[in-house]
Amino acid sequence: MNHTNLIARNRAVHNVLLKLRSVIGLLLLSAILSILSPRFLTYSNLLNVLRQTSLNAIIAVGMTFVILTGGIDLSVGSILAFSSAIAASMAHNNFSATIAILTGLLIGLLLGLINGLIVTQGNVPPFIATLAMMTMARGATLVYSNGQPITGLGEGFYLIGNGYIGQIPIPVIITIGVLLIAYYVLSQTRTGRYIYAVGSNENAAKLTGINIKMVKTLVYAISGFTAALSGIIITSRLNSAPPTAGSGAELDAIAAVVLGGTSLAGGEGHIAGTFIGALIIGVLNNGLNLLNVSSYYQQFVKGVVILIAVLLDRRKS
Amino acid sequence: MKNFKKLLALSLIVLFAFGILTGCGGNTANSGGGSDTPSQTEAKGKIGLVISTLNNPFFVTLKEGAEEKAAQLGYELVVLDSQDDSSKELSNVEDVLQQGIDVLLINPVDSDAVVNAVKLANDKNIPVITLDRSASGGDVKVHIASDNVAGGKMAAEFIIQQLNGKGKVVQLQGIPGTSAARDRGKGFEEAIKASEIEIIASQPADFDRQKGLSVMENILQAQPEIDAVFCQNDEMALGALQAIEAAGREGILVVGFDATDDAVKAVEEGKLAATIAQMPEAIGSLGVEYAHKVISGEQVPEYIPVDLKLVTK
Repeated sequence: MNHTNLIARNRAVHNVLLKLRSVIGLLLLSAILSILSPRFLTYSNLLNVLRQTSLNAIIAVGMTFVILTGGIDLSVGSILAFSSAIAASMAHNNFSATIAILTGLLIGLLLGLINGLIVTQGNVPPFIATLAMMTMARGATLVYSNGQPITGLGEGFYLIGNGYIGQIPIPVIITIGVLLIAYYVLSQTRTGRYIYAVGSNENAAKLTGINIKMVKTLVYAISGFTAALSGIIITSRLNSAPPTAGSGAELDAIAAVVLGGTSLAGGEGHIAGTFIGALIIGVLNNGLNLLNVSSYYQQFVKGVVILIAVLLDRRKS
Repeated sequence: MKNFKKLLALSLIVLFAFGILTGCGGNTANSGGGSDTPSQTEAKGKIGLVISTLNNPFFVTLKEGAEEKAAQLGYELVVLDSQDDSSKELSNVEDVLQQGIDVLLINPVDSDAVVNAVKLANDKNIPVITLDRSASGGDVKVHIASDNVAGGKMAAEFIIQQLNGKGKVVQLQGIPGTSAARDRGKGFEEAIKASEIEIIASQPADFDRQKGLSVMENILQAQPEIDAVFCQNDEMALGALQAIEAAGREGILVVGFDATDDAVKAVEEGKLAATIAQMPEAIGSLGVEYAHKVISGEQVPEYIPVDLKLVTK
C-alpha cells in the first residue's frame, strides 16, 4: 500500500521534472552566464535577448502547430525571405507600409497554404513537400531580387521592428500577442483539440469524424504566416530584405520546438515550452557573444545543446 | 472529386510559378539565353563557370563581369551555381565537363574540397582557372584573386589612422574556416597588433546581415567602450550599423569589406566609415580574358592579383 503510494509520488515528481526540464535548463544556463559575465543579467541585455529571440519564437510558434500534427516545415526560412522581398519591394516603390506588410503576410499565408495542399491533396510527405517549397521559394526570392538586397523602405516600415511601446520593443509585444493567441487556440478551442488528436492518432481522429486534411492544411498555412511575420520584423530591423534572410531559420525553429518538449512524433507539447526553447537558443547565442567565445567553439557548443535536447526527447518516449 | 482537388493544387503551384516568372521578367532577359541557342552566332568556344553561390551580390557581380567579357570576346559562357555546397560543386563540374567546354573557370566553395573537382577536369585535359578562392591541389593554370590579407591590412591601417593609433576595436568575422575570413582576419589582426589598438572582441557573424545585427547587439551589451568595428564583409557591416544606430551609440567607426552597392551608398551618406573594394567584376572579366589566353595557347602566370581599393567619403 505504502509502496504503491511511493511509486505514484515518485512518478508525479518525475513528470513535473520532465515538464519543467526546459525551464530548468534555461535557468541553469542563465545562472551560469550571469556568473561568467556581469553584463548578462542587466535590464538592457535581457530586453536585447527578448527582442532577438522574438524573431525565432514567432517562427517556432507556427512550427509547433505543424509538429503537433506530426509534420515538419522546412520551408519557413525561404517563405520568410520571399514574403520579405515582396513586402520590401512594395515599400520601396512607395506603397504604404501597412499595405506592403499585409501583402507580405498574405503571401506567407498563401505559400503555407500551398504547402498544406501539397501535403494533404497531393499526399506528399511533409518533409518532401516543404523541402520542395524551401528550394522553390528561395529560388523565387533570388530571381525576384536578382540576388541583391532590397533597400530604401521609408519611415513607415521602420516602426514594426525598431519601435517601442512604453519600454517594450514592438517585436517583443508582437511575440507575446502571437504566443497568447496560439496558446488560446491550442488549449481552448475545438481546432486546438483536433490538432492534438491528428498528431497523436490520425486514424482514430479520422474515425471520430475530424476533417484531417482541413486541420493539416491549416497548420501549414499558420506556419507560413508566422514565418512571414518574422520576416517583416527582420526586414524592418535591417531596413532591407537580403535574399539570404532566414537561411537556417527552420533549424533554429525546430530546435526551439524540440527544446521546449514538443514531441517530433506529434500529439504532445505546448506553446509555453516552445517559447522557453526559443529563449534557450537566444540566451545561448547572446551568452557566447558576451563571453567572446571563439567562432570554432560556438558551433560545437550549439550542437551539443541540441543533441542533449534530442536525447532527452527520446528518453521521454 | 479527388482528381479535381489534385488538379486544383497543381494549378495553384503552376499559378505560383507563373507569378514569379512574370514578376521579374525584366531581370532574366539576358541571362537565360546561353544554353538554349548555341548556334545563333558561331561562338569561338565554350567556357564553363562554376560559381560558389549566386546568393551573394559579390558573386553575382563577378558573374556579370565574366558574362560581359565573354560576350565581348565571343565565347559562350555556361554558369552553374554551387549554392555554397561542395558536393553540389563537384556534380556541377561533372555536368559542365559533359558539355564540351574548353576551359573551366571555378570559384571554389572551399579550397580543400574543390581539389577532386579540379582533378576531374585535369583528367579530361580541360585547363582550370580558379577565381577568388584558390584550390589546395590539382593542376590549376591561373589563380585570379584579390589579396584578402592585403585588404584586411588596408582596413586596419585606415582604422589606426582614424583613431590616431589608440582605441578599442571589435571584429565581426565571416563563416569560420573559409579562406576569406581567415585571410582578412589575418591581415587585420597583424596590422592592429603592431599598433596600440586593442581588439576587444572577435565574433563570427557568418557574412550575414541579420547575424551582423544580432551579434553586434550582443557585443554592444558586453562592451561599454568601442571606437571602431571591422567587419569582414559589407553585409555584416550594414547589420552592425543598424545595431549601433538602434542602440543610440555614437562615434563608432564601422569599416566593411567588398564595396557592395548598399555599402558604397552608406559610405556616401556618411554612415559607414569605409569599405574595401574588391573588384568582383574585374575578377570575372579577367577570368574570361585569361581563359581566352589559355585557349589561344599563350603563356600565362600562375597568379594574377587583382587590386583592392579603399572607399571612403
